[in-house]
Amino acid sequence: MKPPRFEYFAPTSVDEALALLAEHGEGAKVLAGGQSLVPLLNFRLVRPPQVVDLNEIPGLGYIREENGWLVIGGMTRQRALETSSLVRERCPLLADALPQIGHVQIRNRGTIGGSLAHADPAAELPAVVAALEGELVVRSRTARRIVTPDTFFVTYLPTSLDPAELLVEVRLPVTPPRTGTAFVEVSRRHGDFALVGVAATLTLDGAGVCTKSAIALTGVGPTPIVARDAAQTLVGEKPAPEAFEEVGRRVSALVHPDGDLHASSEYRKHVAGVLARRALARAAARATGAEEPPTRGERR
Amino acid sequence: MNERTIRLTVNGRAYEKTVEVRKTLADFLRDDLELTGTHLGCEHGVCGACTIVVDGAAVRSCLLFAAQVGGSEILTVEGLATGDKLHPIQEAFWEHHGLQCGFCTPGFLMTLLCFLRENPDPTETEVREAIAGNLCRCTGYKNIVTAALAAAQKLATAPS
Repeated sequence: MKPPRFEYFAPTSVDEALALLAEHGEGAKVLAGGQSLVPLLNFRLVRPPQVVDLNEIPGLGYIREENGWLVIGGMTRQRALETSSLVRERCPLLADALPQIGHVQIRNRGTIGGSLAHADPAAELPAVVAALEGELVVRSRTARRIVTPDTFFVTYLPTSLDPAELLVEVRLPVTPPRTGTAFVEVSRRHGDFALVGVAATLTLDGAGVCTKSAIALTGVGPTPIVARDAAQTLVGEKPAPEAFEEVGRRVSALVHPDGDLHASSEYRKHVAGVLARRALARAAARATGAEEPPTRGERR
Repeated sequence: MNERTIRLTVNGRAYEKTVEVRKTLADFLRDDLELTGTHLGCEHGVCGACTIVVDGAAVRSCLLFAAQVGGSEILTVEGLATGDKLHPIQEAFWEHHGLQCGFCTPGFLMTLLCFLRENPDPTETEVREAIAGNLCRCTGYKNIVTAALAAAQKLATAPS
Protein backbone atom coordinates (compact mmCIF):
# COMPACT_ATOMS: atom_id res chain seq x y z
CA MET A 1 0.00 0.00 0.00
CA LYS A 2 1.26 3.47 -0.83
CA PRO A 3 0.33 6.75 0.79
CA PRO A 4 -2.50 8.66 -0.85
CA ARG A 5 -1.57 11.79 -2.79
CA PHE A 6 -0.84 14.85 -0.74
CA GLU A 7 0.67 18.24 -1.27
CA TYR A 8 4.08 18.43 0.40
CA PHE A 9 5.61 21.48 2.03
CA ALA A 10 9.06 21.67 3.56
CA PRO A 11 9.20 25.08 5.25
CA THR A 12 12.58 26.32 6.40
CA SER A 13 11.40 28.43 9.33
CA VAL A 14 8.83 28.11 12.12
CA ASP A 15 7.08 31.23 10.84
CA GLU A 16 6.76 29.71 7.39
CA ALA A 17 5.40 26.48 8.88
CA LEU A 18 2.88 28.38 10.99
CA ALA A 19 1.75 30.40 7.96
CA LEU A 20 1.18 27.14 6.04
CA LEU A 21 -0.81 25.67 8.93
CA ALA A 22 -2.88 28.84 9.21
CA GLU A 23 -3.56 28.76 5.48
CA HIS A 24 -4.48 25.08 5.18
CA GLY A 25 -6.23 24.57 8.51
CA GLU A 26 -7.63 21.27 9.76
CA GLY A 27 -6.58 19.09 6.84
CA ALA A 28 -2.84 19.69 6.99
CA LYS A 29 -0.79 17.19 8.97
CA VAL A 30 2.53 18.08 10.54
CA LEU A 31 5.36 15.65 9.78
CA ALA A 32 7.98 15.48 12.53
CA GLY A 33 9.89 12.20 12.89
CA GLY A 34 7.22 10.40 10.89
CA GLN A 35 7.31 7.24 12.99
CA SER A 36 3.56 7.42 13.67
CA LEU A 37 2.28 9.55 10.79
CA VAL A 38 3.98 7.66 7.95
CA PRO A 39 2.54 4.25 8.99
CA LEU A 40 -0.90 5.89 9.05
CA LEU A 41 -0.24 7.34 5.58
CA ASN A 42 1.14 4.05 4.24
CA PHE A 43 -2.06 2.29 5.31
CA ARG A 44 -4.20 5.21 4.15
CA LEU A 45 -5.73 5.48 7.59
CA VAL A 46 -5.22 9.22 7.22
CA ARG A 47 -5.54 11.13 3.95
CA PRO A 48 -4.36 14.66 4.64
CA PRO A 49 -4.53 17.00 1.64
CA GLN A 50 -1.32 18.65 2.83
CA VAL A 51 1.75 17.46 4.74
CA VAL A 52 3.94 20.09 6.38
CA ASP A 53 7.38 18.62 7.02
CA LEU A 54 9.32 20.26 9.89
CA ASN A 55 12.58 18.44 9.18
CA GLU A 56 14.14 21.25 7.16
CA ILE A 57 13.62 23.92 9.80
CA PRO A 58 16.98 24.57 11.43
CA GLY A 59 17.19 25.16 15.16
CA LEU A 60 14.28 23.05 16.42
CA GLY A 61 16.52 20.33 17.82
CA TYR A 62 18.32 21.30 21.04
CA ILE A 63 18.78 20.28 24.66
CA ARG A 64 19.87 22.89 27.19
CA GLU A 65 19.55 23.82 30.83
CA GLU A 66 17.96 27.16 31.71
CA ASN A 67 17.12 28.40 35.21
CA GLY A 68 16.20 25.04 36.67
CA TRP A 69 14.57 23.69 33.52
CA LEU A 70 15.72 21.23 30.94
CA VAL A 71 14.62 22.88 27.70
CA ILE A 72 14.20 20.66 24.66
CA GLY A 73 13.40 21.67 21.09
CA GLY A 74 10.32 20.01 19.64
CA MET A 75 12.23 18.34 16.82
CA THR A 76 14.92 16.87 19.08
CA ARG A 77 15.30 13.20 18.14
CA GLN A 78 14.59 10.66 20.84
CA ARG A 79 17.99 9.10 20.22
CA ALA A 80 19.70 12.45 20.83
CA LEU A 81 17.91 12.65 24.18
CA GLU A 82 18.80 9.06 25.00
CA THR A 83 22.51 9.68 24.46
CA SER A 84 22.59 13.10 26.13
CA SER A 85 24.57 13.32 29.37
CA LEU A 86 22.62 16.47 30.26
CA VAL A 87 19.35 14.51 30.11
CA ARG A 88 20.80 11.71 32.23
CA GLU A 89 22.07 14.12 34.85
CA ARG A 90 19.22 16.62 34.96
CA CYS A 91 16.20 14.53 34.10
CA PRO A 92 16.89 10.85 34.78
CA LEU A 93 13.19 9.94 34.46
CA LEU A 94 13.31 10.92 30.79
CA ALA A 95 16.57 8.96 30.38
CA ASP A 96 14.87 5.94 32.00
CA ALA A 97 11.87 6.05 29.66
CA LEU A 98 13.66 6.66 26.36
CA PRO A 99 15.19 3.20 25.74
CA GLN A 100 11.69 1.77 26.16
CA ILE A 101 10.34 3.72 23.17
CA GLY A 102 10.23 1.60 20.03
CA HIS A 103 13.63 0.53 18.74
CA VAL A 104 16.81 2.39 17.99
CA GLN A 105 15.84 2.79 14.32
CA ILE A 106 12.60 4.44 15.47
CA ARG A 107 14.33 6.67 18.04
CA ASN A 108 16.86 7.81 15.42
CA ARG A 109 13.98 9.58 13.65
CA GLY A 110 11.25 9.96 16.28
CA THR A 111 11.08 13.33 18.04
CA ILE A 112 9.93 14.39 21.49
CA GLY A 113 7.47 16.91 20.07
CA GLY A 114 6.05 14.44 17.57
CA SER A 115 5.43 11.82 20.23
CA LEU A 116 3.71 14.30 22.56
CA ALA A 117 1.60 15.88 19.82
CA HIS A 118 0.56 12.46 18.51
CA ALA A 119 -0.33 11.53 22.12
CA ASP A 120 -0.74 7.80 21.71
CA PRO A 121 -2.45 6.63 24.92
CA ALA A 122 0.21 3.95 25.42
CA ALA A 123 3.23 6.16 24.69
CA GLU A 124 5.94 6.74 27.27
CA LEU A 125 6.72 10.43 26.85
CA PRO A 126 3.26 11.81 27.73
CA ALA A 127 3.46 10.02 31.10
CA VAL A 128 6.95 11.39 31.73
CA VAL A 129 5.86 14.95 31.02
CA ALA A 130 2.72 14.48 33.14
CA ALA A 131 4.63 13.05 36.13
CA LEU A 132 7.18 15.88 36.01
CA GLU A 133 4.55 18.57 35.43
CA GLY A 134 6.51 19.79 32.44
CA GLU A 135 5.50 22.64 30.19
CA LEU A 136 4.71 22.51 26.51
CA VAL A 137 5.52 25.63 24.54
CA VAL A 138 3.07 26.08 21.70
CA ARG A 139 3.22 28.67 18.95
CA SER A 140 0.78 29.94 16.40
CA ARG A 141 1.28 32.72 13.88
CA THR A 142 0.12 35.28 16.38
CA ALA A 143 0.77 33.87 19.83
CA ARG A 144 2.99 31.78 22.04
CA ARG A 145 1.47 29.95 24.98
CA ILE A 146 2.58 27.49 27.59
CA VAL A 147 0.36 24.48 28.09
CA THR A 148 0.54 22.09 31.03
CA PRO A 149 0.10 18.34 30.52
CA ASP A 150 -3.28 18.25 32.30
CA THR A 151 -4.76 20.56 29.67
CA PHE A 152 -2.63 19.39 26.71
CA PHE A 153 -3.77 15.77 26.68
CA VAL A 154 -7.50 15.91 26.06
CA THR A 155 -8.64 12.45 25.04
CA TYR A 156 -7.65 9.52 22.81
CA LEU A 157 -5.05 11.07 20.39
CA PRO A 158 -6.38 14.64 20.11
CA THR A 159 -4.55 17.23 22.17
CA SER A 160 -5.50 20.81 22.90
CA LEU A 161 -3.22 21.89 20.03
CA ASP A 162 -5.13 23.99 17.53
CA PRO A 163 -4.58 22.93 13.88
CA ALA A 164 -2.73 26.22 13.33
CA GLU A 165 -0.37 25.64 16.27
CA LEU A 166 2.96 23.89 16.62
CA LEU A 167 4.52 22.35 19.71
CA VAL A 168 7.94 24.00 19.49
CA GLU A 169 9.53 23.28 22.87
CA VAL A 170 9.23 21.01 25.88
CA ARG A 171 10.34 22.21 29.30
CA LEU A 172 10.99 19.74 32.11
CA PRO A 173 11.96 20.80 35.62
CA VAL A 174 15.48 19.76 36.57
CA THR A 175 15.21 16.90 39.05
CA PRO A 176 15.93 18.27 42.53
CA PRO A 177 18.48 16.74 44.93
CA ARG A 178 17.56 13.63 46.96
CA THR A 179 15.06 12.71 44.29
CA GLY A 180 14.73 9.31 42.72
CA THR A 181 12.74 8.61 39.57
CA ALA A 182 11.85 5.49 37.62
CA PHE A 183 9.93 4.52 34.50
CA VAL A 184 8.81 0.90 34.30
CA GLU A 185 6.55 -0.75 31.78
CA VAL A 186 5.19 -4.08 30.68
CA SER A 187 4.84 -4.73 26.96
CA ARG A 188 4.31 -7.83 24.84
CA ARG A 189 7.76 -7.51 23.33
CA HIS A 190 10.58 -5.07 23.95
CA GLY A 191 9.89 -1.99 21.82
CA ASP A 192 6.13 -2.46 21.62
CA PHE A 193 3.82 0.15 23.00
CA ALA A 194 3.33 -0.38 26.72
CA LEU A 195 0.40 -2.44 27.96
CA VAL A 196 0.92 -0.40 31.10
CA GLY A 197 3.72 2.00 32.00
CA VAL A 198 4.37 3.94 35.19
CA ALA A 199 6.50 7.03 35.76
CA ALA A 200 7.26 7.74 39.41
CA THR A 201 9.23 10.35 41.33
CA LEU A 202 10.08 10.52 45.02
CA THR A 203 11.85 13.37 46.84
CA LEU A 204 13.25 12.94 50.35
CA ASP A 205 14.38 15.49 52.91
CA GLY A 206 17.66 15.23 54.82
CA ALA A 207 16.07 12.86 57.33
CA GLY A 208 14.79 10.52 54.62
CA VAL A 209 11.17 11.61 54.86
CA CYS A 210 9.25 11.94 51.60
CA THR A 211 8.42 15.55 50.75
CA LYS A 212 7.03 15.02 47.26
CA SER A 213 5.98 12.17 45.04
CA ALA A 214 4.33 11.91 41.65
CA ILE A 215 2.95 8.98 39.70
CA ALA A 216 1.72 9.02 36.10
CA LEU A 217 0.51 6.04 34.11
CA THR A 218 0.30 5.26 30.42
CA GLY A 219 -1.76 2.60 28.66
CA VAL A 220 -4.61 2.62 31.15
CA GLY A 221 -6.75 5.46 29.81
CA PRO A 222 -7.21 7.78 26.85
CA THR A 223 -4.56 10.14 28.24
CA PRO A 224 -1.79 9.82 30.82
CA ILE A 225 -3.38 9.28 34.22
CA VAL A 226 -1.85 11.18 37.14
CA ALA A 227 -2.40 9.39 40.47
CA ARG A 228 -2.07 12.52 42.57
CA ASP A 229 -3.93 11.40 45.69
CA ALA A 230 -2.22 8.02 45.79
CA ALA A 231 1.23 9.64 45.54
CA GLN A 232 0.29 12.22 48.16
CA THR A 233 -0.16 9.48 50.80
CA LEU A 234 3.62 8.98 50.79
CA VAL A 235 4.37 12.57 51.77
CA GLY A 236 5.47 12.95 55.40
CA GLU A 237 6.47 9.29 55.68
CA LYS A 238 9.73 7.44 55.27
CA PRO A 239 9.46 5.30 52.15
CA ALA A 240 8.63 1.70 53.04
CA PRO A 241 7.56 -1.37 51.06
CA GLU A 242 4.18 -1.51 52.86
CA ALA A 243 3.44 2.09 51.86
CA PHE A 244 4.29 1.31 48.24
CA GLU A 245 1.97 -1.72 48.37
CA GLU A 246 -0.83 0.52 49.57
CA VAL A 247 -0.16 3.09 46.85
CA GLY A 248 -0.21 0.24 44.33
CA ARG A 249 -3.66 -0.81 45.55
CA ARG A 250 -4.91 2.77 45.27
CA VAL A 251 -3.48 3.16 41.76
CA SER A 252 -5.08 -0.09 40.68
CA ALA A 253 -8.44 1.03 42.07
CA LEU A 254 -8.10 4.40 40.33
CA VAL A 255 -7.70 3.20 36.75
CA HIS A 256 -10.36 1.76 34.45
CA PRO A 257 -8.42 0.61 31.40
CA ASP A 258 -10.06 -0.77 28.28
CA GLY A 259 -9.28 -4.35 27.37
CA ASP A 260 -8.11 -5.33 23.91
CA LEU A 261 -6.63 -8.40 22.22
CA HIS A 262 -3.29 -7.81 23.94
CA ALA A 263 -4.52 -7.59 27.53
CA SER A 264 -7.80 -7.56 29.40
CA SER A 265 -8.98 -4.63 31.43
CA GLU A 266 -8.53 -6.63 34.67
CA TYR A 267 -4.95 -7.54 33.77
CA ARG A 268 -4.02 -3.95 32.98
CA LYS A 269 -5.64 -2.79 36.21
CA HIS A 270 -3.65 -5.33 38.20
CA VAL A 271 -0.38 -4.55 36.42
CA ALA A 272 -0.88 -0.81 36.99
CA GLY A 273 -0.76 -1.41 40.74
CA VAL A 274 2.21 -3.76 40.56
CA LEU A 275 4.22 -1.40 38.38
CA ALA A 276 3.39 1.60 40.58
CA ARG A 277 4.82 -0.31 43.55
CA ARG A 278 7.93 -1.33 41.59
CA ALA A 279 8.49 2.15 40.17
CA LEU A 280 8.25 3.70 43.64
CA ALA A 281 10.62 1.14 45.12
CA ARG A 282 13.17 1.85 42.41
CA ALA A 283 12.69 5.61 42.75
CA ALA A 284 13.20 5.34 46.52
CA ALA A 285 16.35 3.27 46.07
CA ARG A 286 17.69 5.88 43.69
CA ALA A 287 16.72 8.77 45.98
CA THR A 288 18.74 7.28 48.80
CA GLY A 289 21.60 6.37 46.52
CA ALA A 290 21.07 2.63 47.07
CA GLU A 291 20.63 2.24 43.34
CA GLU A 292 22.44 4.19 40.70
CA PRO A 293 20.30 6.14 38.26
CA PRO A 294 20.24 4.73 34.74
CA THR A 295 23.38 4.89 32.67
CA ARG A 296 23.45 5.03 28.93
CA GLY A 297 22.06 1.95 27.29
CA GLU A 298 21.16 0.26 30.55
CA ARG A 299 17.98 -1.74 30.68
CA ARG A 300 16.17 -3.29 33.56
CA MET B 1 4.32 20.56 -4.48
CA ASN B 2 3.70 17.04 -5.71
CA GLU B 3 7.18 16.36 -7.03
CA ARG B 4 10.58 17.28 -5.77
CA THR B 5 14.04 17.02 -7.26
CA ILE B 6 16.60 15.59 -4.86
CA ARG B 7 20.33 15.17 -5.02
CA LEU B 8 21.78 12.52 -2.79
CA THR B 9 24.57 10.00 -2.48
CA VAL B 10 23.77 6.31 -2.30
CA ASN B 11 26.59 3.85 -1.68
CA GLY B 12 29.10 6.49 -2.73
CA ARG B 13 27.36 7.30 -6.01
CA ALA B 14 25.70 10.68 -6.59
CA TYR B 15 22.17 10.79 -7.98
CA GLU B 16 19.79 13.53 -9.00
CA LYS B 17 16.17 12.41 -9.38
CA THR B 18 12.72 13.91 -9.46
CA VAL B 19 10.37 11.99 -7.20
CA GLU B 20 6.71 12.04 -6.37
CA VAL B 21 6.53 13.38 -2.81
CA ARG B 22 4.48 10.45 -1.53
CA LYS B 23 7.10 7.89 -2.58
CA THR B 24 8.80 6.28 0.38
CA LEU B 25 12.58 6.13 0.43
CA ALA B 26 12.39 2.33 0.31
CA ASP B 27 10.34 2.39 -2.89
CA PHE B 28 12.63 5.04 -4.35
CA LEU B 29 15.70 2.89 -3.72
CA ARG B 30 14.04 -0.19 -5.16
CA ASP B 31 12.10 1.26 -8.08
CA ASP B 32 14.02 4.35 -9.15
CA LEU B 33 17.57 3.31 -8.33
CA GLU B 34 16.93 -0.43 -8.83
CA LEU B 35 18.67 -1.18 -5.55
CA THR B 36 16.40 -4.06 -4.61
CA GLY B 37 18.58 -5.31 -1.76
CA THR B 38 16.52 -3.20 0.63
CA HIS B 39 13.46 -5.32 1.37
CA LEU B 40 9.99 -4.22 2.40
CA GLY B 41 8.08 -6.31 4.90
CA CYS B 42 5.45 -4.58 6.94
CA GLU B 43 5.68 -1.02 5.57
CA HIS B 44 4.81 0.42 8.95
CA GLY B 45 8.05 0.37 10.85
CA VAL B 46 7.68 -2.88 12.78
CA CYS B 47 9.65 -5.57 10.92
CA GLY B 48 12.96 -3.79 10.31
CA ALA B 49 13.58 -5.42 6.90
CA CYS B 50 13.93 -2.01 5.19
CA THR B 51 16.51 -0.66 7.66
CA ILE B 52 19.18 1.38 5.87
CA VAL B 53 21.79 3.90 7.02
CA VAL B 54 21.03 7.59 6.43
CA ASP B 55 23.78 10.01 7.43
CA GLY B 56 25.26 7.40 9.75
CA ALA B 57 22.06 6.39 11.54
CA ALA B 58 20.02 3.21 11.04
CA VAL B 59 16.47 4.15 10.07
CA ARG B 60 13.36 2.56 8.57
CA SER B 61 13.34 3.48 4.89
CA CYS B 62 9.59 2.74 4.73
CA LEU B 63 8.94 5.60 7.17
CA LEU B 64 10.81 8.27 5.24
CA PHE B 65 9.88 9.89 1.97
CA ALA B 66 12.51 10.13 -0.73
CA ALA B 67 11.63 13.83 -0.94
CA GLN B 68 13.04 14.23 2.59
CA VAL B 69 16.56 12.94 1.98
CA GLY B 70 18.01 15.50 -0.42
CA GLY B 71 21.62 16.13 0.55
CA SER B 72 21.88 12.89 2.51
CA GLU B 73 24.43 10.15 2.33
CA ILE B 74 22.77 6.77 2.22
CA LEU B 75 24.20 3.31 2.62
CA THR B 76 22.23 0.23 1.65
CA VAL B 77 23.17 -3.44 1.76
CA GLU B 78 24.55 -3.13 -1.79
CA GLY B 79 27.19 -0.77 -0.45
CA LEU B 80 28.53 -3.12 2.23
CA ALA B 81 30.80 -5.39 0.22
CA THR B 82 33.94 -4.14 -1.50
CA GLY B 83 33.80 -5.74 -4.94
CA ASP B 84 33.68 -9.49 -4.35
CA LYS B 85 34.93 -9.11 -0.80
CA LEU B 86 32.09 -9.37 1.68
CA HIS B 87 31.91 -7.01 4.63
CA PRO B 88 33.02 -8.71 7.89
CA ILE B 89 29.42 -8.67 9.13
CA GLN B 90 28.24 -10.37 5.94
CA GLU B 91 31.05 -12.92 6.24
CA ALA B 92 30.06 -13.67 9.81
CA PHE B 93 26.42 -14.21 8.79
CA TRP B 94 27.58 -16.60 6.09
CA GLU B 95 29.94 -18.52 8.34
CA HIS B 96 27.51 -18.81 11.25
CA HIS B 97 24.38 -19.47 9.21
CA GLY B 98 22.82 -16.21 10.32
CA LEU B 99 20.25 -16.40 7.58
CA GLN B 100 17.96 -18.90 5.97
CA CYS B 101 15.59 -17.34 3.44
CA GLY B 102 17.49 -14.06 3.61
CA PHE B 103 14.53 -11.71 3.40
CA CYS B 104 15.24 -9.98 6.71
CA THR B 105 19.04 -10.10 6.35
CA PRO B 106 19.71 -6.68 4.76
CA GLY B 107 17.89 -5.01 7.64
CA PHE B 108 19.89 -6.97 10.21
CA LEU B 109 23.17 -6.17 8.49
CA MET B 110 22.50 -2.44 8.35
CA THR B 111 21.25 -2.37 11.94
CA LEU B 112 24.33 -4.22 13.15
CA LEU B 113 26.69 -2.05 11.11
CA CYS B 114 25.58 1.01 13.09
CA PHE B 115 25.35 -0.88 16.38
CA LEU B 116 28.88 -2.30 16.17
CA ARG B 117 30.28 1.12 15.35
CA GLU B 118 28.82 2.45 18.60
CA ASN B 119 29.45 -0.66 20.63
CA PRO B 120 32.40 -2.59 19.16
CA ASP B 121 32.57 -5.12 22.00
CA PRO B 122 28.98 -5.97 22.90
CA THR B 123 27.60 -8.60 25.22
CA GLU B 124 25.10 -11.13 23.95
CA THR B 125 22.33 -9.25 25.78
CA GLU B 126 23.31 -6.01 24.09
CA VAL B 127 23.25 -7.71 20.69
CA ARG B 128 19.80 -9.13 21.37
CA GLU B 129 18.59 -5.71 22.34
CA ALA B 130 20.18 -4.09 19.28
CA ILE B 131 18.36 -6.45 16.91
CA ALA B 132 15.05 -6.28 18.80
CA GLY B 133 13.66 -4.06 16.05
CA ASN B 134 14.30 -6.62 13.31
CA LEU B 135 12.09 -9.63 12.78
CA CYS B 136 13.35 -12.96 11.43
CA ARG B 137 10.96 -15.87 10.97
CA CYS B 138 13.53 -18.51 9.97
CA THR B 139 16.50 -18.60 12.28
CA GLY B 140 15.11 -18.18 15.76
CA TYR B 141 17.78 -15.46 16.10
CA LYS B 142 20.35 -17.72 17.76
CA ASN B 143 22.67 -17.81 14.76
CA ILE B 144 22.14 -14.13 14.09
CA VAL B 145 23.35 -13.34 17.59
CA THR B 146 26.31 -15.69 17.14
CA ALA B 147 27.11 -14.05 13.81
CA ALA B 148 26.88 -10.56 15.30
CA LEU B 149 29.29 -11.46 18.11
CA ALA B 150 31.66 -13.06 15.60
CA ALA B 151 31.39 -9.96 13.41
CA ALA B 152 32.44 -7.81 16.36
CA GLN B 153 35.55 -9.96 16.76
CA LYS B 154 36.31 -9.79 13.05
CA LEU B 155 35.94 -6.02 13.02
CA ALA B 156 38.17 -5.67 16.07
CA THR B 157 40.97 -7.60 14.40
CA ALA B 158 40.40 -6.43 10.82
CA PRO B 159 42.97 -4.05 9.42
CA SER B 160 41.17 -0.78 8.85
